[in-house]
Amino acid sequence: MIHTTAVVVGAGHAGLAMSRRLTERSIDHVVLERGEVANSWRTQRWPSLRLLTPNWQTRLPGHPYTGDDPDGFMPVADVVATLTRYARLVGAPVRTATTVHTLRAAPHGFQIQAGDDLLCARAVILATGACTRPAIPGVAAAVPPSITTLTPLAYRDPGQLPDGGVLIVGASATGIQLAAEIHRSGRPVTLAAGEHVRLPRTYRGRDIFWWLQAAGLLAERYDQIDDLTRARHLPSPQLTGIPQATITDLNSLAAQGIRIAGRLGRVTDGVAQFSGALANTCALADLKMNRFLNRADQWATAAGLDDELPPPHRFAPTHVDPRTPLELDLASGEITTIVWATGFRPDHSWLDIPVLDRTGRIRHDGGVVTSAPGLYLLGLPVLRTRASTYIHGAATDSQALASHLHSFLNAQHR
Amino acid sequence: MTITDSPVDNGVNVQALLGAREALSAAPDAAQFTWRASCTWRNGTHSHSTVAGFSGLGAEQQHRSTYEFDVDHPECFASEDNGATPVEIVLVGLVGCLTAGVASVAQHRGIQLRSVTATIDGQMNVLGILGGDPDVRNGFEAVTVRFAIDADASRDDLQALIAQSQKRSAVFDIVTNPTKVFVELA
Repeated sequence: MIHTTAVVVGAGHAGLAMSRRLTERSIDHVVLERGEVANSWRTQRWPSLRLLTPNWQTRLPGHPYTGDDPDGFMPVADVVATLTRYARLVGAPVRTATTVHTLRAAPHGFQIQAGDDLLCARAVILATGACTRPAIPGVAAAVPPSITTLTPLAYRDPGQLPDGGVLIVGASATGIQLAAEIHRSGRPVTLAAGEHVRLPRTYRGRDIFWWLQAAGLLAERYDQIDDLTRARHLPSPQLTGIPQATITDLNSLAAQGIRIAGRLGRVTDGVAQFSGALANTCALADLKMNRFLNRADQWATAAGLDDELPPPHRFAPTHVDPRTPLELDLASGEITTIVWATGFRPDHSWLDIPVLDRTGRIRHDGGVVTSAPGLYLLGLPVLRTRASTYIHGAATDSQALASHLHSFLNAQHR
Repeated sequence: MTITDSPVDNGVNVQALLGAREALSAAPDAAQFTWRASCTWRNGTHSHSTVAGFSGLGAEQQHRSTYEFDVDHPECFASEDNGATPVEIVLVGLVGCLTAGVASVAQHRGIQLRSVTATIDGQMNVLGILGGDPDVRNGFEAVTVRFAIDADASRDDLQALIAQSQKRSAVFDIVTNPTKVFVELA
Protein backbone atom coordinates (compact mmCIF):
# COMPACT_ATOMS: atom_id res chain seq x y z
CA MET A 1 0.00 0.00 0.00
CA ILE A 2 1.36 3.38 -1.06
CA HIS A 3 0.30 6.37 1.03
CA THR A 4 0.27 9.84 -0.52
CA THR A 5 -1.73 12.99 0.08
CA ALA A 6 -3.09 13.38 -3.42
CA VAL A 7 -3.39 11.32 -6.59
CA VAL A 8 -3.79 12.90 -10.00
CA VAL A 9 -5.21 10.56 -12.64
CA GLY A 10 -3.93 11.44 -16.09
CA ALA A 11 -0.73 13.12 -17.28
CA GLY A 12 -2.13 15.32 -20.01
CA HIS A 13 -2.16 19.11 -19.88
CA ALA A 14 -4.69 19.19 -17.04
CA GLY A 15 -3.01 16.57 -14.85
CA LEU A 16 0.40 18.19 -15.30
CA ALA A 17 -0.99 21.65 -14.54
CA MET A 18 -2.48 20.26 -11.32
CA SER A 19 0.78 18.52 -10.42
CA ARG A 20 2.57 21.85 -10.68
CA ARG A 21 -0.08 23.52 -8.46
CA LEU A 22 0.28 20.79 -5.84
CA THR A 23 4.07 21.03 -5.89
CA GLU A 24 3.78 24.82 -5.40
CA ARG A 25 1.80 24.08 -2.25
CA SER A 26 4.15 21.29 -1.11
CA ILE A 27 1.34 18.75 -1.31
CA ASP A 28 2.91 15.34 -1.94
CA HIS A 29 1.25 13.48 -4.75
CA VAL A 30 1.65 11.05 -7.63
CA VAL A 31 0.36 11.34 -11.17
CA LEU A 32 -0.95 8.05 -12.56
CA GLU A 33 -0.81 7.67 -16.34
CA ARG A 34 -2.05 4.65 -18.32
CA GLY A 35 0.55 5.26 -21.05
CA GLU A 36 3.16 7.98 -21.34
CA VAL A 37 2.89 11.71 -20.69
CA ALA A 38 0.45 13.21 -23.25
CA ASN A 39 -0.77 9.70 -24.02
CA SER A 40 -3.93 10.54 -25.96
CA TRP A 41 -2.00 13.11 -28.01
CA ARG A 42 0.52 10.39 -28.84
CA THR A 43 -1.86 7.55 -29.59
CA GLN A 44 -5.36 8.88 -30.30
CA ARG A 45 -4.96 11.94 -32.52
CA TRP A 46 -4.44 11.99 -36.28
CA PRO A 47 -0.99 13.39 -37.17
CA SER A 48 -2.13 16.32 -39.33
CA LEU A 49 -4.29 17.71 -36.49
CA ARG A 50 -3.30 21.09 -35.09
CA LEU A 51 -4.64 22.76 -31.96
CA LEU A 52 -7.64 25.00 -32.56
CA THR A 53 -6.23 27.61 -30.20
CA PRO A 54 -3.34 29.84 -31.35
CA ASN A 55 0.13 29.32 -29.86
CA TRP A 56 0.04 32.55 -27.82
CA GLN A 57 -2.91 31.09 -25.93
CA THR A 58 -1.36 27.66 -25.41
CA ARG A 59 0.09 28.21 -21.96
CA LEU A 60 0.47 26.08 -18.85
CA PRO A 61 0.95 27.26 -15.25
CA GLY A 62 4.23 29.17 -15.13
CA HIS A 63 4.91 28.34 -18.75
CA PRO A 64 3.78 30.87 -21.38
CA TYR A 65 4.38 30.24 -25.09
CA THR A 66 7.87 31.47 -25.91
CA GLY A 67 8.29 30.22 -29.48
CA ASP A 68 8.66 32.39 -32.56
CA ASP A 69 5.20 31.74 -34.05
CA PRO A 70 2.62 33.08 -31.57
CA ASP A 71 -0.11 33.20 -34.23
CA GLY A 72 0.50 29.65 -35.44
CA PHE A 73 -1.30 26.47 -34.39
CA MET A 74 0.64 23.67 -32.76
CA PRO A 75 0.74 20.32 -34.57
CA VAL A 76 0.09 17.25 -32.43
CA ALA A 77 3.79 16.33 -32.35
CA ASP A 78 4.62 19.73 -30.84
CA VAL A 79 1.87 19.35 -28.25
CA VAL A 80 3.44 16.04 -27.21
CA ALA A 81 6.90 17.65 -27.06
CA THR A 82 5.59 20.64 -25.09
CA LEU A 83 3.80 18.50 -22.51
CA THR A 84 6.77 16.13 -22.18
CA ARG A 85 9.09 19.07 -21.60
CA TYR A 86 6.65 20.60 -19.11
CA ALA A 87 6.39 17.36 -17.12
CA ARG A 88 10.17 17.38 -16.73
CA LEU A 89 10.28 21.12 -15.99
CA VAL A 90 7.79 20.93 -13.12
CA GLY A 91 9.20 17.60 -11.89
CA ALA A 92 5.79 15.94 -12.11
CA PRO A 93 5.93 12.61 -10.21
CA VAL A 94 4.39 10.64 -13.08
CA ARG A 95 4.01 6.86 -12.89
CA THR A 96 3.70 5.88 -16.54
CA ALA A 97 2.12 2.69 -17.86
CA THR A 98 -0.09 2.59 -14.78
CA THR A 99 -3.74 2.09 -15.56
CA VAL A 100 -6.21 2.90 -12.78
CA HIS A 101 -8.67 0.04 -12.36
CA THR A 102 -10.85 1.26 -9.51
CA LEU A 103 -11.32 4.22 -7.24
CA ARG A 104 -13.30 3.73 -4.06
CA ALA A 105 -13.93 5.53 -0.81
CA ALA A 106 -11.71 4.58 2.15
CA PRO A 107 -11.88 5.57 5.86
CA HIS A 108 -9.56 8.56 5.41
CA GLY A 109 -10.01 9.42 1.75
CA PHE A 110 -9.74 7.16 -1.23
CA GLN A 111 -8.27 3.84 -2.25
CA ILE A 112 -6.97 3.46 -5.78
CA GLN A 113 -6.11 0.20 -7.51
CA ALA A 114 -3.61 1.11 -10.22
CA GLY A 115 -1.57 -1.43 -12.11
CA ASP A 116 -0.30 -3.83 -9.40
CA ASP A 117 -0.34 -1.13 -6.72
CA LEU A 118 -2.85 -0.12 -4.12
CA LEU A 119 -2.70 3.57 -3.27
CA CYS A 120 -4.25 5.49 -0.39
CA ALA A 121 -4.85 9.22 -0.76
CA ARG A 122 -6.85 11.95 0.94
CA ALA A 123 -7.60 13.70 -2.33
CA VAL A 124 -7.97 12.57 -5.94
CA ILE A 125 -8.02 14.74 -9.05
CA LEU A 126 -9.53 13.18 -12.14
CA ALA A 127 -7.79 14.61 -15.19
CA THR A 128 -8.43 11.81 -17.66
CA GLY A 129 -9.76 14.07 -20.39
CA ALA A 130 -13.01 14.77 -22.15
CA CYS A 131 -12.23 12.69 -25.24
CA THR A 132 -11.59 9.27 -23.71
CA ARG A 133 -14.38 7.31 -25.32
CA PRO A 134 -16.03 8.01 -28.67
CA ALA A 135 -19.76 8.65 -28.38
CA ILE A 136 -21.13 6.46 -31.17
CA PRO A 137 -24.87 6.79 -31.82
CA GLY A 138 -27.14 3.75 -31.54
CA VAL A 139 -27.83 3.88 -35.26
CA ALA A 140 -24.34 2.40 -35.78
CA ALA A 141 -25.72 -1.04 -34.91
CA ALA A 142 -27.79 -1.05 -38.12
CA VAL A 143 -24.89 -0.23 -40.48
CA PRO A 144 -24.28 -3.11 -42.93
CA PRO A 145 -21.15 -5.13 -42.04
CA SER A 146 -19.69 -4.49 -45.52
CA ILE A 147 -19.01 -0.86 -44.45
CA THR A 148 -15.73 -0.03 -42.71
CA THR A 149 -16.45 2.10 -39.65
CA LEU A 150 -14.01 3.99 -37.47
CA THR A 151 -13.84 6.78 -34.93
CA PRO A 152 -11.50 9.79 -34.93
CA LEU A 153 -9.48 8.08 -32.15
CA ALA A 154 -8.41 5.40 -34.64
CA TYR A 155 -8.18 7.65 -37.72
CA ARG A 156 -4.64 8.49 -38.89
CA ASP A 157 -4.85 9.45 -42.56
CA PRO A 158 -7.00 8.75 -45.63
CA GLY A 159 -4.58 6.03 -46.75
CA GLN A 160 -5.97 3.66 -44.12
CA LEU A 161 -9.47 3.86 -45.63
CA PRO A 162 -10.67 1.64 -48.48
CA ASP A 163 -11.28 3.35 -51.82
CA GLY A 164 -14.78 4.66 -52.35
CA GLY A 165 -17.19 7.11 -50.77
CA VAL A 166 -16.92 8.15 -47.13
CA LEU A 167 -19.79 9.21 -44.92
CA ILE A 168 -18.63 11.43 -42.07
CA VAL A 169 -21.21 11.71 -39.33
CA GLY A 170 -20.89 14.95 -37.38
CA ALA A 171 -19.85 18.47 -38.40
CA SER A 172 -17.88 19.68 -35.41
CA ALA A 173 -14.20 20.68 -35.61
CA THR A 174 -13.28 17.00 -36.06
CA GLY A 175 -15.91 16.25 -38.70
CA ILE A 176 -15.10 19.21 -40.91
CA GLN A 177 -11.33 18.64 -40.73
CA LEU A 178 -11.63 14.96 -41.60
CA ALA A 179 -14.12 15.78 -44.37
CA ALA A 180 -11.65 18.20 -45.99
CA GLU A 181 -8.64 15.87 -45.61
CA ILE A 182 -10.43 12.74 -46.85
CA HIS A 183 -12.02 14.64 -49.73
CA ARG A 184 -8.54 15.81 -50.83
CA SER A 185 -7.49 12.14 -51.04
CA GLY A 186 -9.97 11.72 -53.91
CA ARG A 187 -12.64 9.85 -51.95
CA PRO A 188 -16.10 11.37 -52.41
CA VAL A 189 -17.26 12.65 -49.01
CA THR A 190 -20.76 13.07 -47.63
CA LEU A 191 -20.94 15.02 -44.36
CA ALA A 192 -23.99 14.49 -42.15
CA ALA A 193 -24.43 17.71 -40.18
CA GLY A 194 -26.55 17.90 -37.07
CA GLU A 195 -26.42 20.79 -34.64
CA HIS A 196 -23.10 22.58 -35.13
CA VAL A 197 -21.25 25.73 -34.09
CA ARG A 198 -20.21 27.95 -36.99
CA LEU A 199 -17.35 30.38 -36.28
CA PRO A 200 -14.83 32.09 -38.58
CA ARG A 201 -11.11 31.43 -38.02
CA THR A 202 -10.41 35.16 -38.39
CA TYR A 203 -12.70 38.18 -38.17
CA ARG A 204 -11.70 41.78 -38.88
CA GLY A 205 -8.08 40.68 -39.19
CA ARG A 206 -7.88 38.97 -35.80
CA ASP A 207 -8.06 35.33 -34.78
CA ILE A 208 -11.42 34.24 -33.35
CA PHE A 209 -9.78 33.30 -30.04
CA TRP A 210 -8.50 36.87 -29.76
CA TRP A 211 -12.12 38.00 -30.05
CA LEU A 212 -13.47 35.32 -27.71
CA GLN A 213 -10.97 36.37 -25.08
CA ALA A 214 -11.20 40.14 -25.68
CA ALA A 215 -15.00 40.26 -25.66
CA GLY A 216 -15.00 38.37 -22.35
CA LEU A 217 -16.69 35.21 -23.57
CA LEU A 218 -13.97 32.77 -22.48
CA ALA A 219 -14.00 34.22 -18.97
CA GLU A 220 -17.72 33.55 -18.44
CA ARG A 221 -18.07 31.47 -15.29
CA TYR A 222 -19.96 28.19 -15.18
CA ASP A 223 -22.31 29.49 -12.48
CA GLN A 224 -23.25 32.50 -14.60
CA ILE A 225 -24.15 30.57 -17.76
CA ASP A 226 -27.89 30.31 -18.45
CA ASP A 227 -28.01 26.76 -19.71
CA LEU A 228 -24.89 25.07 -18.36
CA THR A 229 -25.84 21.56 -19.49
CA ARG A 230 -26.16 22.83 -23.05
CA ALA A 231 -22.91 24.84 -22.85
CA ARG A 232 -21.03 21.78 -21.63
CA HIS A 233 -22.31 19.59 -24.44
CA LEU A 234 -22.03 21.95 -27.40
CA PRO A 235 -20.15 20.45 -30.34
CA SER A 236 -16.69 21.97 -30.85
CA PRO A 237 -16.73 25.01 -33.20
CA GLN A 238 -16.10 24.46 -36.90
CA LEU A 239 -12.46 25.60 -36.78
CA THR A 240 -9.23 24.30 -38.24
CA GLY A 241 -5.73 25.15 -37.09
CA ILE A 242 -4.82 26.87 -40.34
CA PRO A 243 -3.40 30.38 -39.88
CA GLN A 244 -4.96 33.07 -42.06
CA ALA A 245 -7.88 30.86 -43.02
CA THR A 246 -10.99 33.02 -42.94
CA ILE A 247 -13.72 30.47 -42.46
CA THR A 248 -14.17 26.74 -42.88
CA ASP A 249 -17.87 26.00 -42.89
CA LEU A 250 -20.52 24.00 -44.72
CA ASN A 251 -20.43 26.58 -47.55
CA SER A 252 -16.70 26.21 -48.12
CA LEU A 253 -16.84 22.42 -47.81
CA ALA A 254 -19.72 22.26 -50.30
CA ALA A 255 -17.75 24.52 -52.67
CA GLN A 256 -14.92 21.95 -52.58
CA GLY A 257 -17.39 19.28 -53.68
CA ILE A 258 -18.29 17.73 -50.33
CA ARG A 259 -21.93 16.70 -50.19
CA ILE A 260 -23.76 17.96 -47.10
CA ALA A 261 -26.69 16.02 -45.62
CA GLY A 262 -28.77 16.48 -42.47
CA ARG A 263 -28.27 14.69 -39.19
CA LEU A 264 -28.09 10.89 -39.59
CA GLY A 265 -31.38 9.70 -38.12
CA ARG A 266 -31.65 6.02 -38.82
CA VAL A 267 -30.42 3.15 -40.94
CA THR A 268 -33.24 0.89 -42.15
CA ASP A 269 -32.59 -2.11 -44.39
CA GLY A 270 -29.18 -0.72 -45.24
CA VAL A 271 -30.55 2.72 -46.17
CA ALA A 272 -29.28 5.68 -44.18
CA GLN A 273 -31.93 8.34 -43.57
CA PHE A 274 -31.00 11.94 -42.88
CA SER A 275 -33.00 14.63 -41.13
CA GLY A 276 -34.94 17.11 -43.24
CA ALA A 277 -34.23 19.80 -40.64
CA LEU A 278 -30.84 20.78 -42.11
CA ALA A 279 -32.06 24.23 -43.20
CA ASN A 280 -33.09 25.09 -39.65
CA THR A 281 -29.94 23.58 -38.16
CA CYS A 282 -27.93 25.88 -40.43
CA ALA A 283 -30.16 28.89 -39.71
CA LEU A 284 -29.62 28.39 -35.97
CA ALA A 285 -25.83 28.20 -36.45
CA ASP A 286 -25.85 31.36 -38.62
CA LEU A 287 -27.94 33.27 -36.08
CA LYS A 288 -25.70 32.20 -33.22
CA MET A 289 -22.53 33.16 -35.09
CA ASN A 290 -23.98 36.57 -35.97
CA ARG A 291 -25.02 37.16 -32.36
CA PHE A 292 -21.41 36.60 -31.36
CA LEU A 293 -20.08 38.85 -34.13
CA ASN A 294 -22.53 41.59 -33.00
CA ARG A 295 -21.21 41.24 -29.50
CA ALA A 296 -17.61 41.38 -30.77
CA ASP A 297 -18.36 44.54 -32.80
CA GLN A 298 -20.03 46.20 -29.81
CA TRP A 299 -17.04 45.35 -27.67
CA ALA A 300 -14.62 46.75 -30.31
CA THR A 301 -16.56 50.01 -30.51
CA ALA A 302 -16.68 50.36 -26.73
CA ALA A 303 -12.94 49.62 -26.55
CA GLY A 304 -12.29 52.33 -29.16
CA LEU A 305 -10.73 49.89 -31.64
CA ASP A 306 -12.89 50.67 -34.68
CA ASP A 307 -10.19 52.84 -36.28
CA GLU A 308 -7.54 50.20 -35.75
CA LEU A 309 -9.48 47.20 -37.05
CA PRO A 310 -10.91 46.55 -40.51
CA PRO A 311 -14.65 47.33 -40.67
CA PRO A 312 -17.30 44.83 -39.52
CA HIS A 313 -18.77 42.46 -42.09
CA ARG A 314 -20.96 39.38 -42.14
CA PHE A 315 -20.40 35.97 -43.72
CA ALA A 316 -22.80 34.60 -46.34
CA PRO A 317 -25.68 32.62 -44.84
CA THR A 318 -25.24 28.85 -45.06
CA HIS A 319 -26.63 27.71 -48.36
CA VAL A 320 -28.63 24.50 -48.20
CA ASP A 321 -28.73 22.72 -51.54
CA PRO A 322 -32.32 21.74 -52.43
CA ARG A 323 -30.85 18.44 -53.72
CA THR A 324 -29.58 17.56 -50.23
CA PRO A 325 -30.15 13.81 -49.94
CA LEU A 326 -32.61 12.42 -47.39
CA GLU A 327 -31.51 8.84 -48.04
CA LEU A 328 -28.33 7.03 -48.97
CA ASP A 329 -28.26 3.32 -49.83
CA LEU A 330 -25.33 1.93 -47.85
CA ALA A 331 -25.65 -1.40 -49.64
CA SER A 332 -25.12 0.10 -53.10
CA GLY A 333 -21.33 0.24 -52.73
CA GLU A 334 -21.28 4.04 -53.09
CA ILE A 335 -20.19 4.40 -49.46
CA THR A 336 -17.39 2.14 -48.21
CA THR A 337 -16.50 3.89 -44.95
CA ILE A 338 -18.34 5.67 -42.13
CA VAL A 339 -16.43 7.88 -39.70
CA TRP A 340 -18.25 8.58 -36.42
CA ALA A 341 -17.23 12.16 -35.67
CA THR A 342 -20.08 12.30 -33.18
CA GLY A 343 -18.19 13.47 -30.14
CA PHE A 344 -16.61 11.91 -27.10
CA ARG A 345 -17.40 11.17 -23.52
CA PRO A 346 -15.18 10.92 -20.48
CA ASP A 347 -14.72 7.37 -19.21
CA HIS A 348 -15.79 7.09 -15.59
CA SER A 349 -16.61 3.39 -15.66
CA TRP A 350 -13.78 2.64 -13.19
CA LEU A 351 -15.22 4.83 -10.43
CA ASP A 352 -16.63 2.76 -7.60
CA ILE A 353 -18.11 5.79 -5.83
CA PRO A 354 -21.73 6.95 -6.16
CA VAL A 355 -21.01 10.31 -7.79
CA LEU A 356 -22.57 9.76 -11.23
CA ASP A 357 -25.88 11.19 -12.39
CA ARG A 358 -28.35 9.06 -14.36
CA THR A 359 -26.56 9.90 -17.63
CA GLY A 360 -23.23 8.58 -16.29
CA ARG A 361 -21.64 11.98 -15.75
CA ILE A 362 -20.06 13.10 -12.51
CA ARG A 363 -22.12 15.58 -10.49
CA HIS A 364 -19.82 18.43 -9.57
CA ASP A 365 -19.75 22.12 -8.78
CA GLY A 366 -17.09 23.70 -10.98
CA GLY A 367 -14.85 20.65 -10.64
CA VAL A 368 -15.49 20.10 -6.93
CA VAL A 369 -17.29 16.79 -6.43
CA THR A 370 -19.28 17.94 -3.41
CA SER A 371 -20.78 14.51 -2.66
CA ALA A 372 -17.29 13.01 -2.23
CA PRO A 373 -15.14 15.57 -0.37
CA GLY A 374 -11.54 15.45 -1.64
CA LEU A 375 -12.51 14.42 -5.16
CA TYR A 376 -11.96 16.87 -8.02
CA LEU A 377 -12.42 17.00 -11.79
CA LEU A 378 -10.25 18.92 -14.22
CA GLY A 379 -9.91 19.35 -17.97
CA LEU A 380 -13.55 19.13 -19.06
CA PRO A 381 -15.49 21.57 -21.28
CA VAL A 382 -16.85 24.64 -19.44
CA LEU A 383 -15.76 23.10 -16.12
CA ARG A 384 -15.31 26.51 -14.43
CA THR A 385 -15.32 28.94 -17.36
CA ARG A 386 -15.75 28.67 -21.11
CA ALA A 387 -11.92 28.66 -21.30
CA SER A 388 -11.89 25.32 -19.42
CA THR A 389 -12.54 23.63 -22.76
CA TYR A 390 -9.08 24.66 -23.98
CA ILE A 391 -5.55 23.94 -22.77
CA HIS A 392 -4.99 27.37 -21.21
CA GLY A 393 -8.17 26.96 -19.15
CA ALA A 394 -6.42 24.33 -17.03
CA ALA A 395 -4.01 26.99 -15.79
CA THR A 396 -6.73 29.00 -14.01
CA ASP A 397 -8.91 25.99 -13.15
CA SER A 398 -6.02 24.10 -11.53
CA GLN A 399 -5.24 27.21 -9.47
CA ALA A 400 -8.81 27.41 -8.13
CA LEU A 401 -9.13 23.68 -7.48
CA ALA A 402 -5.69 23.33 -5.88
CA SER A 403 -6.57 26.18 -3.57
CA HIS A 404 -9.89 24.47 -2.66
CA LEU A 405 -8.03 21.20 -2.12
CA HIS A 406 -5.48 22.91 0.10
CA SER A 407 -8.21 24.37 2.34
CA PHE A 408 -9.91 20.97 2.44
CA LEU A 409 -6.69 19.29 3.66
CA ASN A 410 -6.11 22.00 6.27
CA ALA A 411 -9.67 21.75 7.56
CA GLN A 412 -9.25 17.96 7.91
CA HIS A 413 -6.16 18.49 10.04
CA ARG A 414 -7.90 20.69 12.58
CA MET B 1 -33.32 55.99 -21.26
CA THR B 2 -35.57 54.11 -18.90
CA ILE B 3 -36.72 50.57 -19.12
CA THR B 4 -40.49 50.59 -19.08
CA ASP B 5 -42.00 47.97 -16.87
CA SER B 6 -44.60 46.47 -19.21
CA PRO B 7 -44.69 42.75 -18.60
CA VAL B 8 -44.86 40.75 -21.81
CA ASP B 9 -47.96 38.57 -21.88
CA ASN B 10 -48.47 36.10 -24.72
CA GLY B 11 -50.61 33.92 -22.47
CA VAL B 12 -47.78 31.44 -21.93
CA ASN B 13 -46.75 30.49 -18.39
CA VAL B 14 -43.01 30.25 -18.98
CA GLN B 15 -42.25 29.89 -15.28
CA ALA B 16 -44.40 26.77 -15.15
CA LEU B 17 -42.60 25.33 -18.18
CA LEU B 18 -39.16 26.06 -16.74
CA GLY B 19 -40.29 24.61 -13.42
CA ALA B 20 -41.50 21.50 -15.23
CA ARG B 21 -38.15 21.12 -16.98
CA GLU B 22 -36.37 21.29 -13.64
CA ALA B 23 -38.76 18.90 -11.90
CA LEU B 24 -38.85 16.37 -14.74
CA SER B 25 -35.05 16.35 -15.06
CA ALA B 26 -34.99 15.20 -11.44
CA ALA B 27 -37.81 12.68 -11.93
CA PRO B 28 -37.30 11.33 -15.45
CA ASP B 29 -40.02 8.65 -15.22
CA ALA B 30 -42.67 11.34 -14.94
CA ALA B 31 -41.41 12.82 -18.21
CA GLN B 32 -42.55 9.74 -20.14
CA PHE B 33 -45.82 10.62 -21.86
CA THR B 34 -48.01 8.52 -24.14
CA TRP B 35 -50.33 10.34 -26.52
CA ARG B 36 -53.32 8.48 -27.91
CA ALA B 37 -56.14 8.66 -30.41
CA SER B 38 -58.88 6.16 -31.35
CA CYS B 39 -60.31 5.77 -34.81
CA THR B 40 -63.52 4.16 -36.15
CA TRP B 41 -64.17 3.56 -39.82
CA ARG B 42 -67.48 5.07 -41.01
CA ASN B 43 -67.78 4.42 -44.72
CA GLY B 44 -65.57 4.69 -47.77
CA THR B 45 -62.54 6.76 -46.88
CA HIS B 46 -64.40 8.47 -44.03
CA SER B 47 -63.28 7.75 -40.48
CA HIS B 48 -63.98 9.35 -37.12
CA SER B 49 -61.25 9.79 -34.51
CA THR B 50 -61.39 10.95 -30.92
CA VAL B 51 -58.77 12.22 -28.54
CA ALA B 52 -59.56 12.19 -24.85
CA GLY B 53 -56.95 10.70 -22.55
CA PHE B 54 -53.19 10.48 -22.40
CA SER B 55 -50.67 9.42 -19.80
CA GLY B 56 -47.87 11.44 -18.28
CA LEU B 57 -46.50 12.77 -14.99
CA GLY B 58 -46.79 9.20 -13.74
CA ALA B 59 -50.58 9.09 -14.06
CA GLU B 60 -53.52 8.87 -16.45
CA GLN B 61 -54.65 12.32 -17.65
CA GLN B 62 -57.81 13.61 -19.35
CA HIS B 63 -58.41 16.51 -21.73
CA ARG B 64 -61.14 18.94 -20.59
CA SER B 65 -63.39 17.32 -23.18
CA THR B 66 -63.22 14.74 -25.93
CA TYR B 67 -62.02 16.18 -29.22
CA GLU B 68 -63.36 14.77 -32.46
CA PHE B 69 -61.90 14.60 -35.95
CA ASP B 70 -63.57 13.53 -39.18
CA VAL B 71 -61.10 12.40 -41.78
CA ASP B 72 -61.96 11.81 -45.42
CA HIS B 73 -60.78 12.46 -48.94
CA PRO B 74 -62.13 15.18 -51.27
CA GLU B 75 -64.70 14.67 -54.01
CA CYS B 76 -62.10 14.78 -56.77
CA PHE B 77 -60.82 11.49 -55.30
CA ALA B 78 -64.36 10.11 -55.65
CA SER B 79 -64.91 10.46 -51.90
CA GLU B 80 -67.59 12.30 -49.91
CA ASP B 81 -65.32 14.92 -48.31
CA ASN B 82 -66.64 14.54 -44.76
CA GLY B 83 -63.50 16.06 -43.31
CA ALA B 84 -59.92 17.12 -43.88
CA THR B 85 -57.52 14.66 -45.48
CA PRO B 86 -55.02 12.91 -43.19
CA VAL B 87 -52.16 14.83 -44.79
CA GLU B 88 -53.89 18.14 -44.05
CA ILE B 89 -54.23 17.06 -40.44
CA VAL B 90 -50.47 16.48 -40.39
CA LEU B 91 -50.03 20.05 -41.70
CA VAL B 92 -52.39 21.33 -38.99
CA GLY B 93 -50.30 19.46 -36.41
CA LEU B 94 -47.03 20.92 -37.68
CA VAL B 95 -48.16 24.52 -37.98
CA GLY B 96 -50.03 24.35 -34.66
CA CYS B 97 -46.92 23.01 -32.95
CA LEU B 98 -44.65 25.67 -34.49
CA THR B 99 -47.10 28.45 -33.59
CA ALA B 100 -47.27 27.27 -29.98
CA GLY B 101 -43.47 27.30 -30.02
CA VAL B 102 -43.34 30.85 -31.40
CA ALA B 103 -45.59 32.10 -28.56
CA SER B 104 -43.64 30.23 -25.88
CA VAL B 105 -40.20 31.28 -27.09
CA ALA B 106 -41.40 34.89 -27.53
CA GLN B 107 -42.70 34.88 -23.95
CA HIS B 108 -39.39 33.50 -22.69
CA ARG B 109 -37.43 36.10 -24.66
CA GLY B 110 -39.65 39.01 -23.59
CA ILE B 111 -41.16 39.62 -27.05
CA GLN B 112 -44.78 40.83 -26.98
CA LEU B 113 -46.72 39.37 -29.91
CA ARG B 114 -49.56 41.35 -31.48
CA SER B 115 -50.45 38.84 -34.16
CA VAL B 116 -49.08 35.62 -35.57
CA THR B 117 -50.48 34.04 -38.70
CA ALA B 118 -49.04 31.23 -40.74
CA THR B 119 -49.73 29.35 -43.92
CA ILE B 120 -48.42 25.88 -44.53
CA ASP B 121 -48.35 23.88 -47.71
CA GLY B 122 -47.11 20.42 -48.47
CA GLN B 123 -46.23 19.41 -52.01
CA MET B 124 -47.08 15.89 -53.04
CA ASN B 125 -47.11 13.90 -56.23
CA VAL B 126 -50.13 11.62 -55.77
CA LEU B 127 -48.75 9.09 -58.26
CA GLY B 128 -46.87 7.83 -55.22
CA ILE B 129 -49.94 6.83 -53.21
CA LEU B 130 -51.72 5.65 -56.35
CA GLY B 131 -48.84 3.30 -57.09
CA GLY B 132 -48.41 4.92 -60.47
CA ASP B 133 -44.67 5.61 -60.29
CA PRO B 134 -42.29 3.56 -58.12
CA ASP B 135 -39.81 6.45 -57.98
CA VAL B 136 -42.29 8.83 -56.36
CA ARG B 137 -42.62 8.67 -52.60
CA ASN B 138 -45.99 8.60 -50.86
CA GLY B 139 -45.30 11.51 -48.55
CA PHE B 140 -44.57 15.18 -49.01
CA GLU B 141 -41.74 16.18 -51.30
CA ALA B 142 -41.38 19.36 -49.28
CA VAL B 143 -43.32 21.34 -46.70
CA THR B 144 -43.23 25.14 -46.56
CA VAL B 145 -44.41 27.21 -43.61
CA ARG B 146 -44.68 31.02 -43.86
CA PHE B 147 -45.07 33.02 -40.68
CA ALA B 148 -46.30 36.62 -40.57
CA ILE B 149 -45.51 38.00 -37.13
CA ASP B 150 -46.41 41.44 -35.80
CA ALA B 151 -44.30 42.14 -32.71
CA ASP B 152 -41.89 44.65 -31.22
CA ALA B 153 -38.79 42.83 -32.38
CA SER B 154 -36.17 43.06 -35.11
CA ARG B 155 -36.30 40.81 -38.13
CA ASP B 156 -33.22 38.97 -36.76
CA ASP B 157 -35.05 38.37 -33.48
CA LEU B 158 -38.07 37.04 -35.35
CA GLN B 159 -35.82 34.77 -37.45
CA ALA B 160 -34.33 33.48 -34.22
CA LEU B 161 -37.85 33.00 -32.83
CA ILE B 162 -39.00 30.75 -35.66
CA ALA B 163 -35.65 28.91 -35.71
CA GLN B 164 -35.92 28.12 -32.00
CA SER B 165 -39.57 27.10 -32.34
CA GLN B 166 -38.50 24.52 -34.96
CA LYS B 167 -35.70 23.32 -32.73
CA ARG B 168 -38.09 22.65 -29.84
CA SER B 169 -41.03 21.35 -31.87
CA ALA B 170 -42.19 17.74 -31.47
CA VAL B 171 -44.06 17.67 -34.78
CA PHE B 172 -41.18 19.29 -36.67
CA ASP B 173 -38.98 16.51 -35.35
CA ILE B 174 -41.57 13.87 -36.25
CA VAL B 175 -41.85 15.20 -39.81
CA THR B 176 -38.13 15.73 -40.45
CA ASN B 177 -36.68 12.64 -38.76
CA PRO B 178 -37.40 8.95 -39.16
CA THR B 179 -39.61 7.38 -36.49
CA LYS B 180 -40.19 3.70 -35.82
CA VAL B 181 -43.83 2.86 -36.47
CA PHE B 182 -45.42 -0.45 -35.48
CA VAL B 183 -48.80 -1.39 -36.96
CA GLU B 184 -50.22 -4.61 -35.54
CA LEU B 185 -53.37 -6.65 -35.64
CA ALA B 186 -55.22 -6.65 -32.30
